[in-house]
Amino acid sequence: MRILFSFTFVCLMTSQSLADWRQFRGNDTTSIASSPVENWSGQQSVAWKSSLPGRGLGSPVIIGDKVFLTASSGPRQERLHVLCLSNTDGKLLWERTTWATGRTGCHQKTCVAAPSPASDGKYIVGFYSSNDVVCYDLEGQLIWFRGLTYDFPNASNSLGMASSPVIVGETAIIMVECDDQSFSCGLDMQTGETRWQIERPRKANWTSPSISADGKSVLLQSTAGVSAIDPATGQELWTYSEGASSTPTLVVSGDVAYVPSNGITALRPSDSSSKQPEILWKEGSLSPSTASPVVANNQLFVVNRGGVLTCASLKDGHREWQARLEGGASASPVIAGGKLVYVNEEGLLQIVDLQNEGAVVSTQELSETILSTPSVDGKAIYVRSDGHLWKLSMD
Amino acid sequence: MYRDVRAALAMLLGVTLCFPTLAATTNELISAIQAVESVGKNHSQAVNAIQELNSGDATTLVPILNAMGTANPLALNWLQGAFESVASRSLVAGNLPKEQLETFVVERSNNAQARRLAYEWLVKVDPSAEQRLIPGMLDDPSTYLRRDAVAYAIHQAKSAEADQQREFWKVALNGAVDEDQVKEIAAALKKLDSPVNLIEHFGYLMDWKLIGPFDNIEMKGFNVVYPPENEIDLSAEYQGLKGAVKWEPFHSDDPEGLFDIAKLTESHKGAIDYAYTTFNSSEERDLEFRLSIQNAFKIWVNGELLFAREEYHRGMHFDQYIVAAHLHKGENVILLKVCQNEQDQDWAQDWSFTFRVCDSTGRAIQAAR
Repeated sequence: MRILFSFTFVCLMTSQSLADWRQFRGNDTTSIASSPVENWSGQQSVAWKSSLPGRGLGSPVIIGDKVFLTASSGPRQERLHVLCLSNTDGKLLWERTTWATGRTGCHQKTCVAAPSPASDGKYIVGFYSSNDVVCYDLEGQLIWFRGLTYDFPNASNSLGMASSPVIVGETAIIMVECDDQSFSCGLDMQTGETRWQIERPRKANWTSPSISADGKSVLLQSTAGVSAIDPATGQELWTYSEGASSTPTLVVSGDVAYVPSNGITALRPSDSSSKQPEILWKEGSLSPSTASPVVANNQLFVVNRGGVLTCASLKDGHREWQARLEGGASASPVIAGGKLVYVNEEGLLQIVDLQNEGAVVSTQELSETILSTPSVDGKAIYVRSDGHLWKLSMD
Repeated sequence: MYRDVRAALAMLLGVTLCFPTLAATTNELISAIQAVESVGKNHSQAVNAIQELNSGDATTLVPILNAMGTANPLALNWLQGAFESVASRSLVAGNLPKEQLETFVVERSNNAQARRLAYEWLVKVDPSAEQRLIPGMLDDPSTYLRRDAVAYAIHQAKSAEADQQREFWKVALNGAVDEDQVKEIAAALKKLDSPVNLIEHFGYLMDWKLIGPFDNIEMKGFNVVYPPENEIDLSAEYQGLKGAVKWEPFHSDDPEGLFDIAKLTESHKGAIDYAYTTFNSSEERDLEFRLSIQNAFKIWVNGELLFAREEYHRGMHFDQYIVAAHLHKGENVILLKVCQNEQDQDWAQDWSFTFRVCDSTGRAIQAAR
């Protein structure tokens, strides 16, 4: 009886959590919806569209019947917003604001609310280019606030910061990597106190942390390479030192990390005693632009600056097919119901059939600049611009 | 002393929160939150206090607003979170204290951010407050409120009869400190043959003495102490990167305040110039230096290092760096170390800065004559 109860509980919890999209590129940072619609045709339609109070590039976070996202407003984008909307109709449930304590200047293409928020299912953490971090519960009660540039006045990038935090266990992992005071840290989710802080290469970096498949390590990418760290302590587990991009972020599939480094380099951690990962292959012709690569159906997908989608073998990186999508993108593609969701900068959303060499199944003209990576739960796609958030039902 | 009192109160609250029967007062909760400092210091008490403060009733709203005035920027945001939680519940309950909020808003000595917050919640229950309060805030010390008043004045100028527009635009200009509003007003006045002196309006310093170049090959000069960091001797001559160097005066005529070292001197690479000027203050006072620069730099006033930043060519924005300074009455010496690296891209050639002197609201402070 007890076993049956436990099994039912686990199933219920799993069902609940699988539908969530808790951080940039999803719960496990693979850009794949955990609970896909079976045999989705790729057709979609606008369920609702909501106005937003400020600029933002961060992806929405989906927790059950709530959608969370951040925005920045004011003449200097000094006002930092966390918004909670109803997933049912897009109506605003609550809004909270704080004031930036760090510098808010950035390139006009980006904004202060560039990073995506993150959640552990209990709290929502907003993080901004000003390196301010705010934590609320899901009802909008403030839990704690930190100002990391207030703490470290040279932790900033005049072009703007964009790395999105991830949450692993009780720790929010935040990369504050720039030309001057450059570090990553783990903040305690309950108190906001610093659990660990490590120095990082002094070079501008817009990539985000990625979680290993077993959840035991977090991969920090920089121009120096990749460092795998223990998310609870910040202790370095292994290092790859052959350089990597500062914009698109690696993707993990199984025990392999596909890193934007010398094209794409596939890394697999060696046995536990080794500090260097095994390099499985390198493929210089795979050149992701701003958008991060994604793995689906045992294939690697990379989009270049011109919107050319390349499908490559996971085994050795060789090209299997290419398809020209319409327009270049800053948003990373995500996988929903086995299809690839691609939004170009002009706001044309394209649903791409990966089983049919990149044929576009359906499109949605959003008619606004879209630079933000979509979020997906089991039933819908969520896309935001500076002005609006759309929910697209997967029909 | 003040910090000690706060820490003691925070400790007392910590004990109180451990014993639920001893309910902490609003002031005790606020004190625990005001004790929050950088790097997460005093968070353990504050996270308990904020939970209780979040659940307070409408009577706590004004005390929270008042507390924002004596809070550091971190604690201010904690308090704002509590205010918004309480205010949102009070709004639903219909007991948001609008008279008290308005009283707080119109009191100009209150904290600028807290006043803006109070105003935003006031207009949720009393939309007429906007028309009643904003037009009179053109000289308000809160830039967060004054901006709305300037926007209102701009609207009035655009709506005015042609022969009255100039005066309306000038009224708007008097209140404007934000770059976008000032430039919109300046463009309108220029069309009306009343050009605005942006140098004066923003308080840019356009006359500097320069010495250099010193060696910054491979960006190694940032922390090298060259002679101008030890002494300001305007008649001295030192060994520089390419030979002997000495101080020379330069004036920039750029209408938007740019002091372009590369243009005024030579576009050296891997080089450092020092820029020296003085500012005659009519009184001993706190103020702000606001810089825009995409070179690594250091800034000193009267020999004290205020800020150092080692970043190259990541962009240049209005009021990019806000550096607090304390000036004594009379002549104050300002020294800038402006470092250029060796990047060869087109977008990495700037060796320049803008530098203005203003109060904490961004309003220019002119040097005493």
